[in-house]
Amino acid sequence: MSPVAVKTLAGILSNTFIGAGAIPVEAEALQPAEVLLDLYGEDIRGRAYVTDDPVDGEQMLRPDFTVPVVQMHMKDGAEPARYTYNGPVWRKQEPGAGRAKEYLQVGFELFDRHDPAASDAEVFALFHEILKPYDLRMATGDVGLLTAAIEGLTTTDRRKERLKRQIWRPARFRQLLDWYSGKVDNLPSRASLLKQVNAKSAKAVMAAAGPFLGVRSQAEVLARVASLHDDAATAPIPAAEVEVLEELLAVHGPALDALHALRAVQDRLQGFTLAVDRLEARLNAMAAKGVDIDTLPFEANFGLTSMEYYDGFVFGFFDGENPVSSGGRYDAMTQVLGQGRSIPAVGGVIRPDALAIVGDAS
Amino acid sequence: MSSLKLGVPSKGRLQAKTMDWFASHGITLARTGSDREYSGVVTGVDGVELVMLSAGEIPRELKAGRIHLGVTGTDLIHEKLPLWERVVVNLQELGFGHADLIIAVPKGWIDVDCIEDLDAVAAQFRANHGYRLRIATKYHNLVRSFLRTRGVADYQLVDSQGATEGVVKNLTAEAIADITSSGATLEANHLKILTDGLILQSQACVFASRSADWSKASLGALDAMAEKTGWDLSGLKT
Repeated sequence: MSPVAVKTLAGILSNTFIGAGAIPVEAEALQPAEVLLDLYGEDIRGRAYVTDDPVDGEQMLRPDFTVPVVQMHMKDGAEPARYTYNGPVWRKQEPGAGRAKEYLQVGFELFDRHDPAASDAEVFALFHEILKPYDLRMATGDVGLLTAAIEGLTTTDRRKERLKRQIWRPARFRQLLDWYSGKVDNLPSRASLLKQVNAKSAKAVMAAAGPFLGVRSQAEVLARVASLHDDAATAPIPAAEVEVLEELLAVHGPALDALHALRAVQDRLQGFTLAVDRLEARLNAMAAKGVDIDTLPFEANFGLTSMEYYDGFVFGFFDGENPVSSGGRYDAMTQVLGQGRSIPAVGGVIRPDALAIVGDAS
Repeated sequence: MSSLKLGVPSKGRLQAKTMDWFASHGITLARTGSDREYSGVVTGVDGVELVMLSAGEIPRELKAGRIHLGVTGTDLIHEKLPLWERVVVNLQELGFGHADLIIAVPKGWIDVDCIEDLDAVAAQFRANHGYRLRIATKYHNLVRSFLRTRGVADYQLVDSQGATEGVVKNLTAEAIADITSSGATLEANHLKILTDGLILQSQACVFASRSADWSKASLGALDAMAEKTGWDLSGLKT
């Protein structure tokens, strides 16, 4: 597919989004790295091209448009607002994977605090309609369910925070969950450290380790030892609660079936019912927009490794394993960028290069 | 006339051991002229020319196809040639030049023993100090991909081409990723290895370039070497 043809397709997509009520916006290719590093997960972080400006410091070639569009909206946007953009993004790829380092993204973002379920449904239905002619695999999920389930666990805030931080890394999440539920013993090295600390004192153990070096201070080390100590004394998460998390992570099938499965276990976790209510409200709003929720695929852990800043509804369209389109809700990011203000936001992007390949094939 | 170029390290123990290894297989590598002259002769097989290079340059020369064979460490091949299997073929592990690429932190960090700890500390460090925890290394590609697969993100790499063990004391990095064989230098600098921080076990190997000009004559010379050393050339010829 020629670059000109991809650009033409991008223009058509862009016009479709404008037709759906979006205002076209632009963003600079070079963005301040610090803000993006804070907000993006390690997948994008590790893959961003970072460079240096003598005056403005570390800069990053934009890995996507979300942050600049949110910043622009927070500065002087009216509400509700719909935006669209069309331009290149840059990400490093695995050597030899043959994936593009630079590619176009055409996106649609909706900022509306009125009815989140309706906004989710509006965005998804729009992408669903545009991509209908292509034979793509669909996926949907909801990061909010997992966050709500973690919040509902009977355990310390520290453990909840650790679990939430690891949501994006399923293997690490699983490891933590096994420790916190007492299924697997904590690291032997940690047990031995705590034993030594109990026998002497953390200060004495540190002194015995030899001269203390480096920027990280003794106070920082002692603070972490204290938190490990407290954590070791925490009661395990009850097995019945862990089962709900397990069940949630295993949910994979038609959306309506998923809803019923979650309804069956929702009462075992404090406050989890509300998250399941939100899922149901969204599915109803989607059905009202003409989406067939009887066959719509739903996976509770979809997007957990790649969709870093999304914290609610997530969706994707794939050609085999290749992503053609992805999107979701990112309320928390607007809160961080808004410095006290926030606006519920949901949006998505299409990669015209990937779509053009599918278009060629079909 | 020589038709196969063999690159070997230009000095030190690695050179001496390489020469010993070939000698024990009936191929003699010898320097010509003074010790400082970077050329040599090969006896025992015909048509092989000896090229003395720094071990660090050998990966690049193999990739460019300017030498047919080269002796260097797996660490350097993996670091400098990201798709190394497409560029070179490992013909022989030589059994010396053993070194581990590891991650080490100050011994005073009694709360850190493994990658899981490093990740937690990195997040806290960033919150406390306003910048990401610094890891000094010259193995940027290997360290980055190792930490990425383990889900560690709150760090930055700072370049260190030598005396890496000293950076923590000098406050220019919080941790290091470097090659160690005995661990004595780490010990002397009050650093400890993370228990699951082994990135790569390296040793000296003979690598063959896929992009060198493998003429009939150079393949003939290679076959003659393989006959003495028992090298399996099937990986190169397919």
